[in-house]
Amino acid sequence: MDDTIAAVATTIGESSINVIRISGKKSIEIANKIFSKDVSKFKSHTVNYGYIMENNEKVDEVFLSVFLSPKSFTTEDVVEISVHGGPTSVNKVMELVLSNGARMAEPGEFLKRAFLNGRIDLTQAEAVSDLINAQTEGSRKMALKGVDKTIYKTITELKEKVLSLIANIEVNIDYPEYEDAVVVTKEMIRESNNEIANSINQLLKNSKKGLLIKNGLKIVIVGKPNVGKSSLLNALIDEDKAIVTNIKGTTRDIVEGSLMLEGIKIDILDTAGIRKTNDIVENIGVERSIEAINDADLILFVIDNSEGWTNEDEEILNKLSNKETLVIYNKSDIKDDYSVKKLEKYNSINISTFDRKKIDILKDKISEIFDLKNISQSNYAYISNARQISLLNKCIEIIEDINAAITNNIEIDLIEIDVKKLWETLSEITGEYSSDDLLNEIFSKFCLGK
Amino acid sequence: MKYNVVVVGGGHAGCEAALASARMGMKTLLITTNFKNIADMPCNPSIGGSAKGIVVREIDALGGEMGYCADRTLLQIKMLNVKKGPGVRSLRAQGCKVNYPNQMFKTLNETNNLELKEATVKELILENNVAKGILTEDNEKIYSEVVILTTGTYLNSDIMCGHEKYKGGPHGEKNSMFLSPFLEKNGIKLIRLKTGTPPRILKNSINFDEVKIELGDDEPLTFSNFYPATYDINKQYPCYLTYTNKETHKIIMDNLDKCALYSGMIKGVGPRYCPSIEDKVVKFNDKERHQIFLEPERSDDIEYYVGGFSTTMPHEIQEKLLKTMDGLHDVKITKYGYAIEYDAIDPLQLKLTLENKVISNLFTAGQINGTSGYEEAAAQGLMAGINAVLKIKGEEPFILKRNEAYIGVLIDDLINKGITEPYRLLTSRAEFRLLLRHDNASIRLTEYGRKLGLINDEKYNIYLNTLDEMKILNEYLDNNYVTPTAEINRFLEENSSSQLYGRISLKNLLKRPEIDIFNLLDYLKVSYDKKIADMVQIEIKYEGYINKTKEEVEKMLKLENKKIPLDIDYEKVSNIATEAKQKFSKIRPLTIGQASRISGVNPSDITMLLVYLKKEYNND
Repeated sequence: MDDTIAAVATTIGESSINVIRISGKKSIEIANKIFSKDVSKFKSHTVNYGYIMENNEKVDEVFLSVFLSPKSFTTEDVVEISVHGGPTSVNKVMELVLSNGARMAEPGEFLKRAFLNGRIDLTQAEAVSDLINAQTEGSRKMALKGVDKTIYKTITELKEKVLSLIANIEVNIDYPEYEDAVVVTKEMIRESNNEIANSINQLLKNSKKGLLIKNGLKIVIVGKPNVGKSSLLNALIDEDKAIVTNIKGTTRDIVEGSLMLEGIKIDILDTAGIRKTNDIVENIGVERSIEAINDADLILFVIDNSEGWTNEDEEILNKLSNKETLVIYNKSDIKDDYSVKKLEKYNSINISTFDRKKIDILKDKISEIFDLKNISQSNYAYISNARQISLLNKCIEIIEDINAAITNNIEIDLIEIDVKKLWETLSEITGEYSSDDLLNEIFSKFCLGK
Repeated sequence: MKYNVVVVGGGHAGCEAALASARMGMKTLLITTNFKNIADMPCNPSIGGSAKGIVVREIDALGGEMGYCADRTLLQIKMLNVKKGPGVRSLRAQGCKVNYPNQMFKTLNETNNLELKEATVKELILENNVAKGILTEDNEKIYSEVVILTTGTYLNSDIMCGHEKYKGGPHGEKNSMFLSPFLEKNGIKLIRLKTGTPPRILKNSINFDEVKIELGDDEPLTFSNFYPATYDINKQYPCYLTYTNKETHKIIMDNLDKCALYSGMIKGVGPRYCPSIEDKVVKFNDKERHQIFLEPERSDDIEYYVGGFSTTMPHEIQEKLLKTMDGLHDVKITKYGYAIEYDAIDPLQLKLTLENKVISNLFTAGQINGTSGYEEAAAQGLMAGINAVLKIKGEEPFILKRNEAYIGVLIDDLINKGITEPYRLLTSRAEFRLLLRHDNASIRLTEYGRKLGLINDEKYNIYLNTLDEMKILNEYLDNNYVTPTAEINRFLEENSSSQLYGRISLKNLLKRPEIDIFNLLDYLKVSYDKKIADMVQIEIKYEGYINKTKEEVEKMLKLENKKIPLDIDYEKVSNIATEAKQKFSKIRPLTIGQASRISGVNPSDITMLLVYLKKEYNND
């Protein structure tokens, strides 16, 4: 990390101002070479007006901010240059920065330095990474929560609870002759387990909602050929993405579109019709459709009102298993208020893809099923990171192991092996326990050693 | 040169160091101020206890003397934590403070290659920071290849009781005034520690009707992994239990200004796990009473030790305090309690072999390294003795890992974490304690002892025989099955176990927590050796947990195998905390595993170190 890196920190082309960030030992030196004033004389955390110069010619009129080590995002010397928008100016200044000794930063490299320099911990690094990749307003809010250390606080409380239990068991072992310490009983462990499991389950429940915000919802449209799936997709996303014809089997691949509902991103997949076919290409499409169904958060099962319930519909129904399903009775323009008795247990709606109002009602219905309005406005702490969620699930497994051992009347000092494991796993969530797995995780994430 | 090894100090560390060195064929000299104090037990003559009992088994398995000596001279013995799992069982014996030292002295005298000498050492003979021998207070120079210091609490020690303070060692002995200033002058960092001991009382002044009796176990137990018990289980000496009360506590609170501890006289740091009675009353003032153990000290049964009552109160207050307690209203004190403050060396200056990093060919072991306890001292003495010899022979050092022995945990902790109070082994310090059990000490370590030349043929054959018997029993349990007969189901019912519906191997039946191997073998009318059966049963019953622990060991070993290059310049490792940088530079850990156990080092420091190694040395 001895070299100095630089990158355009804002999206080029859209804003009127772009920021070029330089971080590393030579940032000041490099900035000095291309700025009209002596950058080495600027105090930390100041914004300075001047020109970017090349061979005594003004390139751009800019503001230059200086953040001296260690009080910067990366803890290194950082210079940020606000240049005028438009690719020409930005590219010219970037070129000057690079030709004067900086190296182009890799994606996420500023963040990586901040983490490796101890400026932020792993949870924060992950949250910042989420922030960068955030696609919607909701996920941005959530990423900021991670940085706030809300999760850190909750996990720390759980850790303290487990640690005090461990300490008490240890005292019982090391001082068997003394009656001063409370003797830990299996009931005490079970009670503490239940409390911890409750907290973790709450976190996991929230994290499911959190994931929804971060990754959005995946909706899959299924139905027999020519039932109007592609038209429904187009109506929902309001653009002609799927090819709509009236020849059966036109949609051979999965088509994807997305829309925003209550600030949450919703991906919609239109599947090839699920039917028996000898066409190899169409068959691949059918297989993919089944995969998509398994991945979906919600299935929109489209029925053709004009044709009624058919064997093909029956076949599809069998493939839906227990997935959350919304039945769409389509072509209400031809036949209204239709319903199939078999499908009574599902939510359903009668629509016509040509009727905008009906499509809006459908959107409301989807939003209602997932409680999107509340989710996007709520403030509870989410864990959205896959590593952390898998560790929380591991905690629940460990707690189940402990409870099973208690039922089997295993001695407490053996049970304690798992209690310690629980403590370590909780510590791993906040990155405060240095197991090899964690290090590997970090190394894999940040591609070290290249 | 007359000697290969000179050992300075005849306590528990010195005895084991001298014996190991002589038994490994080195001309060895043990120097002590007074033969009378060889293998002395100036505090409670108790050997073992939680974790420490296992250390004694380990010393024995490696060919050390403490276990055998304790077995032959003990007054009472019991197994602690029997109701808990097998990983935390540990022996505790009440020893005899006359017979134990006599037995050890006899062994020393009978050992080939070993000479004993009465003298006090003043200085080391040094050449370019290499130890070449010692200089006595009588100005005699004795040369050797290696010097092992095991001076206990005798370095520059002060005895304190009430407001009195005078120079001296334990029970009025002469201390060593010159050695620690000499060490300090030569670059060794000293720390000041404190410990204390309670009063002793006359047995015939105790009213035994008022106290609770605590007996030894009623089956023969030994520290030795090789030889059976020789004591009479029916003639064990009981211990007794009494309690402090409100009156005791009031007298303590009223007289705090009179004791050495609370009058500011003591500057050394005392052990948290062994507080004085003043400390207990002040710090745990919500407790209405504290346990006080009355324990026999010698086979002629004259004197008792007042366990849990270490004090620095003036003599007359000590007497007043004791007399408040049941059983002690007419007590006669034979020796008063006192505190002792002494110099120790900073163990962060030691290598894993216990050789000093500043002065080479100088090894230290026992309380001089900041530990407390006879067992911890003996273990270090043995390891220092072994490694001193290996160094002379130019062979690879003998290092026990944390997953191999409590001794490994003890030394690894000492040299990496350093100390702020006298270090005592606890089971909680061993992360793999299910592997470091009482029962398998010999399985873990006897091969090492044999290779080092410390296990003779007789012991080794006993060990091989144990392995054989275990194998036979294991195969029997593996290859024999029971079918669901009315008879077996009745047996299962008697043991509150569920009925059988199919064929099952004896081994799988034993995995049921409620089925005990002794009951099962009795039922099957199979004869067995109790110790062997117990060892086999533990491996079967706790297989799941043992495997879990082994997985953790694998993880540790992976870090342990990540070597840190010897030439690393920690100044160049960017972004590690200043504290970590200083500790790394001072301790110079050999592996990432060792680095991660240094106190004050955070996971993020380790990450940075790994990043640096990967970058600079392409180290995976």
